[in-house]
Amino acid sequence: MSHTTDLPAWVALIVAFLLVLGSGLTLLGAIGLVRFQSFYERVHAPTLGTTWGAGAILIASIICFSVLQSRPVLHEVLITIFVVVTTPVTLMLLARAALYRDRTEGTPGVPQFEAAGEPGAERPGTSD
Amino acid sequence: MNRWLPYPVLTASLVVMWLLLNRFSLGHLILGSIIALGASQAMSALQPAQPRVRRWDMIPRLIWVVFVDICHSNIAVAGIILKGRRRQRDSGFVTIPLELRDRTGLAVLACIVTSTPGTAWLEYHSANGRLLIHVLDLVNEQDWIDTVKRYESLLMEIFE
Repeated sequence: MSHTTDLPAWVALIVAFLLVLGSGLTLLGAIGLVRFQSFYERVHAPTLGTTWGAGAILIASIICFSVLQSRPVLHEVLITIFVVVTTPVTLMLLARAALYRDRTEGTPGVPQFEAAGEPGAERPGTSD
Repeated sequence: MNRWLPYPVLTASLVVMWLLLNRFSLGHLILGSIIALGASQAMSALQPAQPRVRRWDMIPRLIWVVFVDICHSNIAVAGIILKGRRRQRDSGFVTIPLELRDRTGLAVLACIVTSTPGTAWLEYHSANGRLLIHVLDLVNEQDWIDTVKRYESLLMEIFE
């Protein structure tokens, strides 16, 4: 990073603000991961890091390198897209494994297995 | 679609991706187009269900709604973590009956629900269309059903 001094002050301020915001939110997500009590609560904390945490750092990167190279540098957008598209895959894998474990163990407070033809289960298109 | 362009949206996205990863130039445009055409030919061998977007004009609105919600819930979840155990908070499961059946629509809904802090997509029952989500700060169950229903109605307009 030998060209950092070429960055105008106002750009540097915006980039610094976004970097602090992004890393702060990611840190909060990590703290939440430690602090929350159950698996299902812990799942929520890292999403701070994958939304505005990663988002703010990537916007900072776009602004910084677009100004330094005097052309739009937008390949960070791809990182955002791939993060958004791949998170549900791992989340569902972990969540369904946890649900399966809790249901077979009979942990209280967890919704039970749901059969498609279960009495009382709403059929699609009847109500709601 | 025709034989040379089985997935126009996929082909276009691959060209855009190639140009984003490299500098924009005529050479890269041609090379990227050849690779995109080859990749979409390979994709057609897998024969995935072709998503049909009916209302392109609704997509910016959906993105805007989701963006605003993500901003709000980022602040909300950050607040919950900072307050720690000083505040009484209930988290819980919410079951939502969905009418959306389009696979692409459901995949997009999963991305939205997952990337919004405070809600996590747990399980979808395709036989009866019931979705189980977990909510970090469960004050009113109906609020969360309404939130997901709002995304659902937008997605149904786009895809169905």
